[in-house]
Amino acid sequence: MTGRADPWLRRFLSACRTGPSAVVGMAALLVVCAMALYSVFLDGRDPFDIVSLPHRAPTFVGPLPLGTDYLGRDLAVCLLAGAAPTLSVAAVAAGLAMVLGVALGALAGFFGGRLDDLLMRFTEFFQVLPALLFAMVLVTLWSPSPTTIALTIGFVAWPPTARLARAEFLRIRDLEYVVAARAAGAGAGHLMWRVILPNAAPPLIVSATLVVTTAILFEAALSFLGLGDPDTMSWGQIIGANREYVLDAWWPVAFPGLAIFLTVLAVSLLGDGLNRILDPKSDGA
Amino acid sequence: MAALLDVRDLEVAFPQPGSGLFAPRPSLRAVRGVSFTLGQGRALGLVGESGAGKTTVALAVMRLLDAVGGTVSFDGADLYALDAAAMRARRRDLQIVFQNPYSSLDPRRRAADIVRAPLDLLGIGDPAARAARVAGLFARVGLRADQATLFPHQFSGGQRQRIAIARALATGPRLLVCDEPVSALDMITKRQILDLLAGLRDDFGLALLFVSHDLGAVRRICDEIAIMYLGRIVELSGRDELFARPRHPYTRALLAAAPSLAHRRSQGRAARCALAGEPPSPIDPPPGCAFAGRCPRATPKCRAECPELAAVGASRVACHFPG
Ligand SMILES: Nc1ncnc2c1ncn2[C@@H]1O[C@H](COP(=O)(O)OP(=O)(O)OP(=O)(O)O)[C@@H](O)[C@H]1O
Ligand SMILES: [Mg+2]
Repeated sequence: MTGRADPWLRRFLSACRTGPSAVVGMAALLVVCAMALYSVFLDGRDPFDIVSLPHRAPTFVGPLPLGTDYLGRDLAVCLLAGAAPTLSVAAVAAGLAMVLGVALGALAGFFGGRLDDLLMRFTEFFQVLPALLFAMVLVTLWSPSPTTIALTIGFVAWPPTARLARAEFLRIRDLEYVVAARAAGAGAGHLMWRVILPNAAPPLIVSATLVVTTAILFEAALSFLGLGDPDTMSWGQIIGANREYVLDAWWPVAFPGLAIFLTVLAVSLLGDGLNRILDPKSDGA
Repeated sequence: MAALLDVRDLEVAFPQPGSGLFAPRPSLRAVRGVSFTLGQGRALGLVGESGAGKTTVALAVMRLLDAVGGTVSFDGADLYALDAAAMRARRRDLQIVFQNPYSSLDPRRRAADIVRAPLDLLGIGDPAARAARVAGLFARVGLRADQATLFPHQFSGGQRQRIAIARALATGPRLLVCDEPVSALDMITKRQILDLLAGLRDDFGLALLFVSHDLGAVRRICDEIAIMYLGRIVELSGRDELFARPRHPYTRALLAAAPSLAHRRSQGRAARCALAGEPPSPIDPPPGCAFAGRCPRATPKCRAECPELAAVGASRVACHFPG
């Protein structure tokens, strides 16, 4: 309680102690975001430009550090340029899926009865559709652009979150502290968003990290199938374009794959650490 | 003077999951025609074994679940006739303390926020007044001011129950419903919490509806005691009368099962009937007296006809053959 000199530093240190994985995840995510930002400094170098011979091996230093792809495009530039679209598609898609999933699941779990039946039939309908096929149909119906791809992925990825949110709301709804809040005059909105949601947060945060992961992999899969936006570089796009030649040259597939892996790892570490930090039982106070 | 709380013919049923799509859905009749009154500053104990419907009565009195029949009048107005806004305003006067202090406090809020929540929710006072009120409540229930920023898991069971009591007192209620407030606590803590409740009742003129299956606790606090069995009140009398002259066979059995209490004055009178067997199912309860299956005095009349609560001496008893 004393030493209020630098609360942010104190918070940071306490976060390092209670949720080290959050700090590591955050750091890794910052690296990935820095990549995305760095693409601004590519001086107008177009990732689609052919700059050299195809399939030049990575040297890690010099002008073509990561080599070139099957067309002779600079892989380092592709990777940097692809970071921002990949991450923003994943973020928007995950955001949409979480908002839809939590909102529908919360309403179903909290109110129960007819509304629950209705919403859960609706959710099941989406869940039995093969998600990738459904996404493919949606993307082909709309013209593929980062926005439509993000919305499509968000739209097919929400059902598991909805089911989880419903189960949590159903479980917490009748706990005594929620009844106590009702006795103290809390309305449905307050109960759902201020009392139940914070207590349902841990599994939902884990689910959010899974949804981000799903979104990145979905985007990669769509690009891999050639359903991505051909004018936007993304990591999935690089993998999709180079997959046929992977036996001749591993690096055009391996580097974006590694980038996806690191991002997914970073996000799940972040989620895990966030849960620890939010858990009052690990509070340093 | 009209009673503060007047419960008449309260009925609560829980629909059960049906066996088939078109089969009639059975319902569990948890409370079957319970009536009692409670005056300002008085304490009524509600005693019965597990599943008797005590919690259900407590929650229905607070309108925290929906009664299917009967009325609950508080200060002359039927709570179930109030609209949402009026009911919210009324919540100031009715508060509840739950049995399990480990589940009745939001684990993600700090103690002071928990105690202040009813003031925030009902918009009572300005922030400074609320903070002062919370500080006063902390002192009144025996918590230290420096514990205000701790989370529930940093308290012992007894301290948590003090937080729950402070929260219930925050709005200055006139009726406090306590659902087995001490049954999760050890002997010494139990005594402290009971003393605290008794003191609060005297200080604030609170009416207490005190639910328990612990006759000792009820005896310490209550002026009147209602014994419940399978959703009905089977005996309702003053405390001393009940312990001195239990009239319903079930009451006698309860007292006999708590020897330290029964020994005092009622030893000679309490027939030593050990309670064998289980109460019948509250789904589709039997037509006659629900206790008939376990009663040493049961006759065919008992199995056929349900006895109503009627005056016997100074008590009110629902038995065809009261003792
Ligand atoms: N929400 C509910 N849904 C369905 N049945 C319920 C519900 N709440 C209670 N019941 C049933 O109602 C009956 C009375 O329950 P209640 O909780 O009121 O008993 P109690 O007297 O408080 O028991 P205990 O001493 O164990 O707390 C029980 O048979 C119980 O199974
Ligand atoms: Mg109970």
